[in-house]
Amino acid sequence: MNESLPPFQFYWELDGWIILAGILCAASASLLGSFLVLRRMSMLGDAISHAVLPGLAAAFLLTGSRQSSLMFIGAIVVGVLTSWLTQWTKQIGKVDEGAAIGVVFTGLFALGLVMIVRSADSVDLDPGCVLYGSIELTPLDRYRFGSWEIPRAVLTMAFVLAVNVVFVVTCYRQLKITSFDPALADSLGISSKVMHYLLAALVAMTAVASFESVGNILVVAMLIVPPAAAALLTERLSRMLVVSVVMGIVATIAGHFGAITVPRIWGYSSVSTAGGMTIAAGALLILTILFAPKTGLLSSVGKKWLWGVRVNGEDILALLYRQEERGEAGATAESLSKQLLLPRRNLWFYRWLLGIRNYVRVEKSDWKLTEKGRMAAQDLVRSHRLWENYFASEVGLTNEQLHPPAERLEHFTGSQIRKQLFEHGPSQEVDPHGKPIPPERDKPS
Amino acid sequence: MSWNELLLQVFRVITLQDYNTRMVMLGTGLLGAASGVIGVFLLLRKRALLGDAISHATLPGVCIAFLIGVASGGSGKSMPLLLSGAAITGLLGGLAILGLRQFRRIKEDAALGIVLSIFFGLGILLLTLIQQIPEGHAAGLEGFIYGKTASMVAEDAVLIASVTGCVLLVALLLYRPMQLLCFDEGYAASQGWPVFWLDGLLMSLVVAITIVGLQAVGLIMIIALLVVPAAASRFWTHQLPKMLPLSAALATFSCLVGATISAIAPRVPSGAAIVLIAVATFLVSLFFGNVRGIYWSWRRHWRLRQSYDREHLLRDMYELVELEREQDKSGKMGPTDVSISIEVIERHRQWSHGHMMRALYRLQFQGLMLFHDEGRARFTASGFKEAARLTYDHRLWELYLMKYADVDPLRVDRSADDTEHALDPEIMESLKVMLDKEWNGKVPPSPHPLESVSSEGGKR
Repeated sequence: MNESLPPFQFYWELDGWIILAGILCAASASLLGSFLVLRRMSMLGDAISHAVLPGLAAAFLLTGSRQSSLMFIGAIVVGVLTSWLTQWTKQIGKVDEGAAIGVVFTGLFALGLVMIVRSADSVDLDPGCVLYGSIELTPLDRYRFGSWEIPRAVLTMAFVLAVNVVFVVTCYRQLKITSFDPALADSLGISSKVMHYLLAALVAMTAVASFESVGNILVVAMLIVPPAAAALLTERLSRMLVVSVVMGIVATIAGHFGAITVPRIWGYSSVSTAGGMTIAAGALLILTILFAPKTGLLSSVGKKWLWGVRVNGEDILALLYRQEERGEAGATAESLSKQLLLPRRNLWFYRWLLGIRNYVRVEKSDWKLTEKGRMAAQDLVRSHRLWENYFASEVGLTNEQLHPPAERLEHFTGSQIRKQLFEHGPSQEVDPHGKPIPPERDKPS
Repeated sequence: MSWNELLLQVFRVITLQDYNTRMVMLGTGLLGAASGVIGVFLLLRKRALLGDAISHATLPGVCIAFLIGVASGGSGKSMPLLLSGAAITGLLGGLAILGLRQFRRIKEDAALGIVLSIFFGLGILLLTLIQQIPEGHAAGLEGFIYGKTASMVAEDAVLIASVTGCVLLVALLLYRPMQLLCFDEGYAASQGWPVFWLDGLLMSLVVAITIVGLQAVGLIMIIALLVVPAAASRFWTHQLPKMLPLSAALATFSCLVGATISAIAPRVPSGAAIVLIAVATFLVSLFFGNVRGIYWSWRRHWRLRQSYDREHLLRDMYELVELEREQDKSGKMGPTDVSISIEVIERHRQWSHGHMMRALYRLQFQGLMLFHDEGRARFTASGFKEAARLTYDHRLWELYLMKYADVDPLRVDRSADDTEHALDPEIMESLKVMLDKEWNGKVPPSPHPLESVSSEGGKR
């Protein structure tokens, strides 16, 4: 551990370019990744990252040089080949997508390995060094435009992003139809096959360009994680695209700052930025899983909890109303807890909740309905008793069976349903137990 | 290397004379068998790439175990420690996949990809952290656990043997629930099997195989062994009880042959050789597998086309010969005397010349037609008989279509053309009973006007 760590500084010159390169990569990957996730081809990015090896080897063997542009071309060719071979294996052999990907990329990787080991014995051709760039090194390799100096990685990724955006914008309708319903697309004259191969080719290009400029782990993650999170948040494809791109960008920025600041807490200097960005994307996904409004874990727990609170509050009101009706003295927390089977310790919460909503007044530990509370309770009790009437006459339940369903349904019953129940019910003054049905109020509260 | 030396070397390897070869063969063979079996379950469960995800998910475990090892004062490079770290995060990754699958919107492949990329990203991040530890001899930490087939020793083979033995035992003991799980998850659940835990168990088996395999043979090879033989066996059988041993056999075969090649040929890594052999068996299965192999369906299709061509050509010839004989006033012209210009048929069928010639040569080979150099063809006696039979069937079918399916007489020729090949003898027999009242098996006149084609070229 480094005891004399230099103080933390943020250099726009360096960190700005790194973040920009990351953003460009994340945006282009998440844009295409949304379609991969919808088409269940998510593993394609990882497959290509392994499969490009023979392309590198072939480029090297054919030209005898380790020039990065040739390697780049070789990798793109094999990347496209990977996705096409996968499609071919899947369609012609009727193999599961995952299995097809697995066969193709392991085979290609092994082929590349043999080519390298057999032929390039005198030269050290390590794919880790030749192709896989590192995002931290982005600002070092620059092109000069007049007085401007722009890192090569930024230029490459900007080009890739532009191509991807143009593709998605011009082919949006076709991509959408072929992703959701290939058969419909074919019947409309849109070739799902052509779209598939085009998409796969662009994914290969994006992946290889990213390997070379910002490293493989970032693009593999950004192809899958932000789109998957976006799919949890929205059902519309257009929103999914926007949300996943935004998430990718947020993850990139947060990841870089996290990678250069967080390890300092324990006295380390900065760690892998690409790793940090991946973790940030993962964290965004976890947050989405927890808090997504419709599908989130916590939101469904929260909805259940809120519903429980509402039901308990209404039960308290109805109970107080019935006690008033019988002319009994005001209830205490003790008696409420006993009759409603609510834990004693929870009642302070309802006392507070019903108090601030001005339904209940508590005088010397004696709970009393306010005028507003009585009106709300009246609706509930009326619903309850109308339901009992209904169940007795229309469903034919015995008197002992009436209470539980009415108790449940009273919480869901509005004035409209009460009106219908009232018109269908046999007796309009009393319920089957002989208790009077309170009248409908003129205006619902 | 001379041929003698090569043969000697092959002999040495095949008879397992070297200690090292013996260990490698034993270890990889067992590993292949176990991963072949588990791979089938994964494939049917549509999780073929689970091995990929889990093998990437082991990296953070290795790093954390190393950090713990260093923090507790050791060098950190203790194999049991690193392997248990790998196993723990591998299992966590598996659990995360199962957890993600609970969401309807996250599909199987996305769950695998999410776990793979995030865990691997964490691993990369921890690696850069480890590099900063002064006392950490972190160099080659990755290589330390990822692959070294060639130098397999007895201990490795024993480890592999025990792990794969356990895996196979569990898989066979739980054959029935695993089968249900793979084919019908819902039914398995309704039968009272704990689907989540069965999935978890399958996941643990994959973790066990992956950890052992990673260390013994490397990342890509263990992924390939879990995917490729299982996918290959699918082309040979639809039945799980046959698929399991077949996949295991294919995997073992690939491992043994791959290891042999690697031992004989200089500088071929055994992992790569094994994967390539496995992919080769996959390709052979893809083309020639007796259940789903594409060669057989290609061949069926090709033969069907050939029989269509034959029937079309014979009938066209018959109708042209028929016309010629009607026009012949003398009435002496026999059916085998008339020769027809093949160009006419070519134009009528819109066939290319090559297509026409191939069909014609096949008929000549079958002794049904004779082909002259001037571009004209004649029937042989047997050819005329066969053509008459086909034309008889065709016309009865046309009559049927016109009478019962209300097909326009001008279009009936085309409709009959498209469907008549599927008629079997029994249907023809009943058509004969229904329609053949006056001809007694002789070819009836065409129910629609034939295109007037003269042998000189004619018009459509």
